[in-house]
Amino acid sequence: MTEFKKSGLNLLEEKGKLIRVNGKEKKNLLEVKDLKTYFPVLGGVFRKVIGYVKAVDGVSFSINKGEVFGLVGETGCGKSTIGKTLIRILNPTSGNILYYDNVELKNGPFQRIKIDLSKLNRKELMPYRSQIQMIFQDPYSSLNPRFTVGDIIEEPLAIQRGRKKENKDKVKDLLEKVGMSEEHIYRYPHEFSGGQRQRIGIARALSTNPELIIADEPVSALDVSIQAQVINLMQDLQDEFKVTYIFISHDLSVVKHIAHRIAVMYLGFIMEMGPAEQIYNNPQNPYTKVLLSAVPKGDPGKKAKKQPLRGEVPSSLNKPSGCAFNPRCPIAKDICKKEEPVFEEKEKGTFVKCHFPGKY
Amino acid sequence: MGKKQKELLKVENLKTHFMIEEQKAKAVDGLDFNVFEGEFFGIVGESGSGKTVTALSVLRLIPDPPGKISNGKVLFKNKNLLGLSWEDMRKIRGNEISMIFQEPMTSLNPVFTVGFQIMEPLMLHRNMGKKEAKEEAIKMLKKVGIPSPERRVNDYPHQFSGGMRQRAMIAMALSCDPDLLIADEPTTALDVTVQAQILELMTEIKNKRKESAIILITHDLAVIAETCDRVMVMYCGKIQEIASTLDLFEGPLHPYTKGLMASIPSLVKKKKRLTTIPGNVPGILNFPSGCPFHPRCKHKMPICEKTVPELLEVEKEHLVRCHLYNSEGKNK
Repeated sequence: MTEFKKSGLNLLEEKGKLIRVNGKEKKNLLEVKDLKTYFPVLGGVFRKVIGYVKAVDGVSFSINKGEVFGLVGETGCGKSTIGKTLIRILNPTSGNILYYDNVELKNGPFQRIKIDLSKLNRKELMPYRSQIQMIFQDPYSSLNPRFTVGDIIEEPLAIQRGRKKENKDKVKDLLEKVGMSEEHIYRYPHEFSGGQRQRIGIARALSTNPELIIADEPVSALDVSIQAQVINLMQDLQDEFKVTYIFISHDLSVVKHIAHRIAVMYLGFIMEMGPAEQIYNNPQNPYTKVLLSAVPKGDPGKKAKKQPLRGEVPSSLNKPSGCAFNPRCPIAKDICKKEEPVFEEKEKGTFVKCHFPGKY
Repeated sequence: MGKKQKELLKVENLKTHFMIEEQKAKAVDGLDFNVFEGEFFGIVGESGSGKTVTALSVLRLIPDPPGKISNGKVLFKNKNLLGLSWEDMRKIRGNEISMIFQEPMTSLNPVFTVGFQIMEPLMLHRNMGKKEAKEEAIKMLKKVGIPSPERRVNDYPHQFSGGMRQRAMIAMALSCDPDLLIADEPTTALDVTVQAQILELMTEIKNKRKESAIILITHDLAVIAETCDRVMVMYCGKIQEIASTLDLFEGPLHPYTKGLMASIPSLVKKKKRLTTIPGNVPGILNFPSGCPFHPRCKHKMPICEKTVPELLEVEKEHLVRCHLYNSEGKNK
């Protein structure tokens, strides 16, 4: 086999963290297999581990180049934890995060590979950090107040390839792309409004020309009229830079607007995953249906018909046995309490985790 | 809404100003509105539009200094609350008018049990004994849908989840059977499924008590559509539009209201691109001259920069503050 041009990659291949793939999986960008992220709970005098918060409990999905993948769910369902695990702010407990890439071989041609990001150490991960960037929820706490806007946007570039003069031009260019101007470069974050700060956050995420941007509730902290501006901006930038988004949000209307495919999460599991239209028009899992019916429709003539949803989300420290949703599910049967349903493909592209899909 | 209904609250030319860095911030600048008995009244606006300050002004909870209610009247059952003594005001708060605050975590006292916090207004205003108040508190918790209230009454706020805390807040606010309940963003911090439960609970409570009214403050027009009878749209401390919910959603008049409605992504309709309102919400210290919305308005006329438009009744019971609808605007 021909060696890779970059020696680091050869080393990774030896260690089994890199696999060559044939041309078939061309569209894939990221594949997540049975990902689990647990947080240990310490207790007692000796601070021993007494249990685990199973924030992400075995999720699998794949993302294609150029799409917007929406992750929705209620507070505590693990959607943000997935985002943070994918860029390895958090380390996964088990599972694989496979990132697809094209790399140059020693003798010239390109080879398609997939790299298991979950296995890489800090140093090995470095080049891939620039490929996956993140936009954070709170534009007030995610920008360093002591840095100027120019420094904030330049920082990822400086880490990746050092402080250079050309970086400044790139920063100016990015500021213009996100609808701000050159003169803002020497100002500080506190001088800007929430919407403008989120634009700065977006510019920072774009600075390293990433393939994938994970946007964790990017518009939740913004006013309604500003929300629309930022969503439009994100769509425009996608067209221009050909980036892929993972869009995490609790707001089902926003996700419906922007996402091509959606995964609905509950207590660390994906309950249903499929094309956006399919999920919204013909939800298979009772949880999806109940969740959608709870969204106010914004039409006083047609008030939402309330679905009988009992209680609240249980703690992920002690999840219900069987199907996680069974204590609140309107159609729960005995089997739902005993056996955990399998997450499987029902129709082409639509995956459901339920014993009785489409029965509610 | 017919004229026969009795006014419960009437606010006249209310002005609440704050002194910030020796500048006057006009958080609420000349409000005129009324709330009828048995009404579910909504106040909607973006952050900094003066919704919360309006509510706090009605209850006279504005910190003074830096804030000051500099003008106007708040008539509650024909009694001017702004003229009352501090002692008389305390008798009204939590008793005849009560409030649900936005963040249930920070507005409950962490060192007292939930039960005690519900008992407190009962013992203060209703002169109940401890035992009696506790029984009442259990009854209230049951009413707002908290499971096993006999046990839960002794819990501390941190033992409750977000939705349950908000339910406890509602129980507390309702304990003295107030005539007016002001709910300031009661569901903003909650998940959609819990939001639906809380809104349903509030509608239920309102339907049961015909003489009392609820003022719901929110930034979410969809929540308004779901619950309210009448709506007031605020921007930069001023009323921009008041109408019944049906009228407002069927035919919004103010360019700002239209813009807000167009910029919300819908679950029902599919749009390729969202319509936006350009620009930002102006800061409180530099509200634009004339109509405060003019820098962002697409129907801007020269007059908009100079004079503040009057709040005019354009259609029956549908008031709007915009130059497009007065005689000068119409001529152009």
